[in-house]
Amino acid sequence: MGCQSSHPSAIPELEEIMQETGFSQASVVRLYDRFQALDKQQKGYLSKYDLQGIGELAVNPLGERIINAFFKEGEELTNFRSFIRVLAHFRPVEEGKSKETGRPEPMNSRLRKLQFAFQLYDQDSDGKISRDEMLQVLRLMVGIQVTEEQLACIAERTIQEADQDGDGAISFEEFATSVEKLNIEQRMSLRLLK
Amino acid sequence: MQPPTGPALASAPESPPGAAPGSPLLRWQWREVQAPCLVAGWILVASLAKIVFQLSRKVTSVVPESCLLILLGLGLGGIVLAIAKRAEYQLEPSMFFLFLLPPIVLDSGYFMPSRLFFDNLGAILTYAVIGTLWNSFATGAALWGLKQAGLMDTGVDAGLMDFLLFGSLISAVDPVAVLAVFEEVHINETLFIIVFGESLLNDAVTVVLYKVFNSFVEMGPAHVQATDYLKGVASFFVVSLGGAAVGLLFAFLLALITRFTKRVRIIEPLFVFLLAYMAYLAAEMVSLSSILAVTFCGICCKKYVEANISRKSRTTVKYTMKTLASSSETVIFMFLGISAVDTSKWAWDTALVLGTLLFILLFRAVGVVLQTWVLNRFRLTPLDRIDQVVMSYGGLRGAVAFALVILLDGDKGLTIKPLVKWLKVKRSDHHKPTLNEELHEHAFDHILAAVEDVVGHHGYRYWRDRWEQFDKRYLSQLLMRKSAYRLKDEIWDVYCKLNIRDAISFVDQGGHVLSASRLTLPSMPSRTSMSESSVTNLLRESGSGACLDLQVIDTVRSRRDKEDAVMHHVLCGSLYKPRRRYKASYSRHFISPSTQERQDKEIFQQNMKRRLETFKSTKHNVCSAKSKARLKKDGRKKQKKSAANAELPNGKPPRSVTWQQTAAAVLVAVDSDDEESDSSETEKEEDEGIVFIARATDAILQGKKASGSLDVCPSPRIIPPSPTSAERELPWKGDRGDLAVYISSETTKIVPVDMQAAWKQSISSLESVASPPGAEPGPHAKTVAGPALEERQMMPEPRTCFQFPNPLLRSSRPQSAGSPERTEQPELQPLMAPDEQGRMSTAAGPGNSRWLIQFNRPARFSDG
Repeated sequence: MGCQSSHPSAIPELEEIMQETGFSQASVVRLYDRFQALDKQQKGYLSKYDLQGIGELAVNPLGERIINAFFKEGEELTNFRSFIRVLAHFRPVEEGKSKETGRPEPMNSRLRKLQFAFQLYDQDSDGKISRDEMLQVLRLMVGIQVTEEQLACIAERTIQEADQDGDGAISFEEFATSVEKLNIEQRMSLRLLK
Repeated sequence: MQPPTGPALASAPESPPGAAPGSPLLRWQWREVQAPCLVAGWILVASLAKIVFQLSRKVTSVVPESCLLILLGLGLGGIVLAIAKRAEYQLEPSMFFLFLLPPIVLDSGYFMPSRLFFDNLGAILTYAVIGTLWNSFATGAALWGLKQAGLMDTGVDAGLMDFLLFGSLISAVDPVAVLAVFEEVHINETLFIIVFGESLLNDAVTVVLYKVFNSFVEMGPAHVQATDYLKGVASFFVVSLGGAAVGLLFAFLLALITRFTKRVRIIEPLFVFLLAYMAYLAAEMVSLSSILAVTFCGICCKKYVEANISRKSRTTVKYTMKTLASSSETVIFMFLGISAVDTSKWAWDTALVLGTLLFILLFRAVGVVLQTWVLNRFRLTPLDRIDQVVMSYGGLRGAVAFALVILLDGDKGLTIKPLVKWLKVKRSDHHKPTLNEELHEHAFDHILAAVEDVVGHHGYRYWRDRWEQFDKRYLSQLLMRKSAYRLKDEIWDVYCKLNIRDAISFVDQGGHVLSASRLTLPSMPSRTSMSESSVTNLLRESGSGACLDLQVIDTVRSRRDKEDAVMHHVLCGSLYKPRRRYKASYSRHFISPSTQERQDKEIFQQNMKRRLETFKSTKHNVCSAKSKARLKKDGRKKQKKSAANAELPNGKPPRSVTWQQTAAAVLVAVDSDDEESDSSETEKEEDEGIVFIARATDAILQGKKASGSLDVCPSPRIIPPSPTSAERELPWKGDRGDLAVYISSETTKIVPVDMQAAWKQSISSLESVASPPGAEPGPHAKTVAGPALEERQMMPEPRTCFQFPNPLLRSSRPQSAGSPERTEQPELQPLMAPDEQGRMSTAAGPGNSRWLIQFNRPARFSDG
């Protein structure tokens, strides 16, 4: 972590970022510090390698996927703007405030949070979680004691359970329906990302 | 207790050798053994009582065990009082603090989930310091107010300072009571660690407050000057930091010592206990916070000690610690009850007691709410209202306060359990009906955890990294053995682990048909081969049972539901837990392997592997599809095979059988971190990390056979008191935290027979493989051939050789000189080292053995 915090003026496009993501200035500064701390060679952007250097991610079953989520399709690098854009998904939802913002869809809305999660499942980004994709995620998340056949069974059943139109895959709408009861706003929010 | 009787009470024909003539042959020496005998007796009584309590689960599920013990103590105390006309046995503060408390504190420090503890250190400190201060002042002042208002009996003669003193004593949350009660009601881990940590750390506050107020009382309020208050504040820091420092010092010493115990493995555990106890005494000696000292000693030494001492010593330390802590806790609670009948030590004042209770509760609640409000602004995971209620109510004053003021106040535990139940603090009460929700919920938590890490939320992470570097560079090198340290080397470690895992997966995928996999059994109980044999066993069993019973097909519930249930079981048991949901794996009565570490390692390895693979694939363009294809193929093959197997017994549709079989094949290391309230009668072998889950399938099978079918195919291994069927089949209905244990503990009942059979079978098969058939009578030959050989060697001058020991024998048993027993003597006295015998015998071979025996006979007869 950075020992001294950067001056707000040092951050490129500060205003736009705040406008776009809804972060407070303090948060942006904090995240910028973090960004620079991660960027060990001070190149001004992050590579996957930089993110892989975070120790905890190595023991997070979805760590690799999260890392990948920071990078656009086919790109190897991310700058601060897109870095913070990803993090904006995890800004807590303020009660009452979400309506008054001009834009219809703030980045931290339930929908956007769900979309973010969905794309972690949907690796080929065809808008559907196929059986294989489900299986892959399960393989990531389940301990080694569970055998492949069991995983396959679970994946199959999970798909069946959520699949409403019977195409053997979970679309985003079906995904959203299946987690309807969960408190996404709370579960996918980081308190310190005000 | 029997009154001590005079000497020379009884005598017995076996007189001790060397007794002077005229003196009594057996002396009744009650006086000399009185104290230890009483101690042992009490512990025995308490332990027996524990067994009895656990026998009836209904009672313990309603009333906490600690309360039962107190009640038992009350009863016993009453009896003693009635017999002896005076209260005999008291919980003396010195005994409590010198002997009973240290094991409990050491145990909690040593097994403290340290990560969780340090994660919540801020909150814990706040509650421990500010909360305790607030509580003691407010309670003391309010009681004083009560007295001023004239509500209290005039017999209570005390001023403001006295009440403040009293408040300081009564306000501390007590670790003994907290642990005892919170452990029985399952609450979430954050809550647990906060209250628990608070109870440990506020010791310093209490001690200081007590001392300060005590000195104030002695001085008289009029003479207290401003500097004295400052002194009080300063002494707080001295006491707490000093205590911690003493603990650290002894932890360092302990780690250093265990580094050099390679040759004296047998006393390794002793060092742990001795030094921890020394830490306690040292802190006590210089009137620092001894609880803090032991706690920190336990927390800090663990890493190094565990790395240094041998595995057996580790187990010993664990068990001894648990035993000590558990028994002293038991004794404490029982003595609480016993002491309570003694009216000389305390006087009942309704207003005082009620007022104290009321104020404690009130101020605790106020304090908790205020502090939580402040803390929640900083915390990542806010404490919600229910947590607060539990915290405020969970502030149990019990044994410690009692020992200080000898005032009974510990029965509050009785009410917390229903309260917690009522408030549904258990997170297991959440419905989790669908697989999707279950899965996605986990995914969300993982995602959030990952993003937290990306954002770098830990304020203290910088320091922790620094600390870890320092630890790695200096401390570990200094305090750990070279071998242990090398093992700690991460990359090497990971490499080893990967190797093992690859080996296992190899066996998993292809090797299980080969008998070769059995070869690994004796050296290392390979998980796969064991599961393999027990799967077959299980299948055979279920097959025969199902064949007899036609009702199998009539399932009460649809198979789909059942499969769902099984899937939930599997998922619940083996989904990686997100960081936030690690259960506080502290329990005084059960030893838990650290699931977290295992999980971390697993994930880490997988991630590294994947990274390596992607790295490789980008570098060399090796598509990983190949391995995947292989995997798939293997999977299919297996499935086919198992399906073929399954169709044999009863023609059930292959799919469900496959599922059952695979469910049966699951092996888990026992996670006993969940304290189970419902497994009182299951005895767990905590040391055996590997347990075979057969329960899930068994439950299914059991469910499929409708109730009557139990008679048709009796399966004696099903234990009658098991959770309700709904609980058994739908994990979210039962306590989710208990699930893993419930499975594993039930299975330990089922497994052993299978396992033993499988084990024996494989061992015998292995033996037959390992040794050529000619060598079969090896052991037999050994026993006979040994002496024979030896005799043959002694042949040249047998007389001297055989006669040699006889004079000695004769002196002790003169009448046996000429008897045939004499001839047996050579056999009883092996003149050669046993291994030499063995070598000789194997060298002699089975073919020779007969000859040797024949040779042996004449020799013996010639001797006789």
